Amino acid sequence: MSLRNPQLNANGELIHLITLEGLPRDIISGILDRAAPFTEIAEREVKKVPLLRGKSVFNLFFENSTRTRTTFEIAAKRLSADVINLNINTSSTTKGETLLDTVDNLAAMQADMFIVRHASSGAPYLIAQHLAATKREHIHVINAGDGRHSHPTQGLLDMYTIRHYKRDFTKLTVAVVGDVLHSRVARSQLHALAALGVPEIRVVGPKTLLPAGVEQMAGKDRLRVCHDLRDGLKGADVVMMLRLQNERMQGALLPSPQEYFKSYGLTPAMLALAKPDAIVMHPGPMNRGVEIDSAVADGGQAVILPQVTFGIAVRMAVMAMLAGA
Amino acid sequence: MRIHIQNGRLIDPANGIDRQADLFIADGAIVSHGDTPPGGFVAEGTIDATGCIVCPGLIDLSARLREPGFEYKATLESEMAAAAAGGVTSLACPPDTDPPLDEPGLVEMLTHRARLPEFAHVYPVGALTVGLAGERLTEMAELAEAGCVAFGQANTAILDTQVMLRAMQYAATFGFSVWLQAQDPHLAKGGVAHDGAVAARLGLTGIPVVAETIALATLLHLARETGARLHLRRISSAAGVDMIRAARAAGIAVTCDVSINHLHLSDTDIGWFDPHCRLDPPLRAAADRDALRAGLADGTVNALCSDHTPVDDDAKQVPFAEAEAGASGLELLLPLTLKWATEMKLPLLTALARITSDAARIMGITAGTLTPGRSADVCVFDPQAPFRVSREALRSQGKNTPFLGKTLVGRVRCTLIEGHLAYHDEMV
Repeated sequence: MSLRNPQLNANGELIHLITLEGLPRDIISGILDRAAPFTEIAEREVKKVPLLRGKSVFNLFFENSTRTRTTFEIAAKRLSADVINLNINTSSTTKGETLLDTVDNLAAMQADMFIVRHASSGAPYLIAQHLAATKREHIHVINAGDGRHSHPTQGLLDMYTIRHYKRDFTKLTVAVVGDVLHSRVARSQLHALAALGVPEIRVVGPKTLLPAGVEQMAGKDRLRVCHDLRDGLKGADVVMMLRLQNERMQGALLPSPQEYFKSYGLTPAMLALAKPDAIVMHPGPMNRGVEIDSAVADGGQAVILPQVTFGIAVRMAVMAMLAGA
Repeated sequence: MRIHIQNGRLIDPANGIDRQADLFIADGAIVSHGDTPPGGFVAEGTIDATGCIVCPGLIDLSARLREPGFEYKATLESEMAAAAAGGVTSLACPPDTDPPLDEPGLVEMLTHRARLPEFAHVYPVGALTVGLAGERLTEMAELAEAGCVAFGQANTAILDTQVMLRAMQYAATFGFSVWLQAQDPHLAKGGVAHDGAVAARLGLTGIPVVAETIALATLLHLARETGARLHLRRISSAAGVDMIRAARAAGIAVTCDVSINHLHLSDTDIGWFDPHCRLDPPLRAAADRDALRAGLADGTVNALCSDHTPVDDDAKQVPFAEAEAGASGLELLLPLTLKWATEMKLPLLTALARITSDAARIMGITAGTLTPGRSADVCVFDPQAPFRVSREALRSQGKNTPFLGKTLVGRVRCTLIEGHLAYHDEMV
């Protein structure tokens, strides 16, 4: 097996976007820079540029998603690409087709780009490796979330949002709060925050929701694990909340949503411990009253809706860069 | 047939022999070794072992042949060719076939099919419980008569500790060995990798070390209680090695083995989701691997095995967590033993014991030695020759190994099974 990171080509250029781990700062900053002008397109009367005209983008969703699939679709359409949506969990895999068979079939339909979401960590890697092994590296893979592993465009749009409001990453204290164990978003955020030079990252949650060895994910010198939300929030510039899925109440990870909210829910009183100008982020969909109080979610410090808007621009930037447009 | 293996360095760990000597074989048995043939010995065949080591045929404590039930993954023919090419002349196969080896008829069928002169000796491990379901005991006495050398559960656990106690009591009644894997099924539930920084980074569900140590504690207590001969398959952690060392010091009759994969690899080798590193038990941290290497050297870990598990490509070319666990290994047992010996600066006599005489003792068979009179199961190998692991080079139907693409050192030149030339390469 090749040890080369399959998302970079031999010249170190990005050909797929599968994870933010190991991506150099200049590539991440380059994507954010590229996204900036795309935010203006949304303000225009004709919300389209011809960068991906004639290209076929396949939304390959092996796991349900409305929001992420829609934002990718909008992004691709604003770039003038042809978008084909496939919800595979309801079609061919139930007929016994393997993941790679599906990919081969779609590749035979002259796909230019696959946007992949899959419930298993590593599935987009498998696809990228398969494309490389079969000399079809001109087909680009964008990971739209794989298992607990990675959700790189979410991580990038979060970085775009932070940069928009805070400018300089190198002076920030960022708290990532909640179910890190099951979160691909948190993993992507941690890699990106570290790559962009955030000096203090706090990971906050109960021990049942933090993976073993989490402190090694962004370097021990910059990452601190807090089990008390108050410690985690004190003096923070950015508070990144994570979604807590309801099924976590079943596996003896937590006793109840009420107790979770009491200990880790972001209320106005808790948020007051952070810096007065701290911003509050959430990847959505939110569970109001579980991880976040409505007063905070709808309050002046929340930038949750701008995150969604920026997400389209960031996804446009990623697609345009991969396509060499 | 009378065979003269000449000019080789003869290593027989069971007898503590490591010297330049010729080996003389007649009628499928070892006649003698020394500088001159025994009186009246006229060789019909000669093997030149110049520059090579002549040792007992290797004994593998765990090799899946995939018959019956998984012939699309491997067949007896393909895996026996792999065994011979790997210098393996005796092997134990775990009971996780389909159906599992829980009836004497199935065991007889397997041993009957395996009874060809160029095939390694096959020693089935019978199922300890019917269907490996962990509920009812199998007819162990009948299964032993059919050829089972031990009883186990392959990689499945017995959830009910009362069943476990009784199974061990019953086995102990007849003096049968019980071979079990120490892994708590609850703590391992859904897990596919060692619960550590690598699993955290890759977003894989972890199996903590306590899954091994808790199960180990239970099994060791039951072994002491029942007096059963307990063999622990595939120890994976440093804490596990420590517990076994302590248990043996406390007088519990327990043996254990480690796989070639766990001896050389750790969780970081998973890299970018390499499905060849999807193994059961999982590859653990580097410190665990180092403890296994040291434990095997000092004898705390008694034997090394291939844990040969041929898996078809389709079952590996899926996302990591969905990939079937296991690696092909029959042909890598020798070179990976040599690699460990070289890296640990161990004499070959000690290293080869772990895959010959020590393994034979656990299996309770008389093979694994060059003692005159014993079956002429012999491996002749070149300890310097490189072996590049590739899909083409492997005779096993399973091309799944984390060592694909690696160049190892040590090549089998020929393998004799009861004096029959089962394998030879182009040099012989």
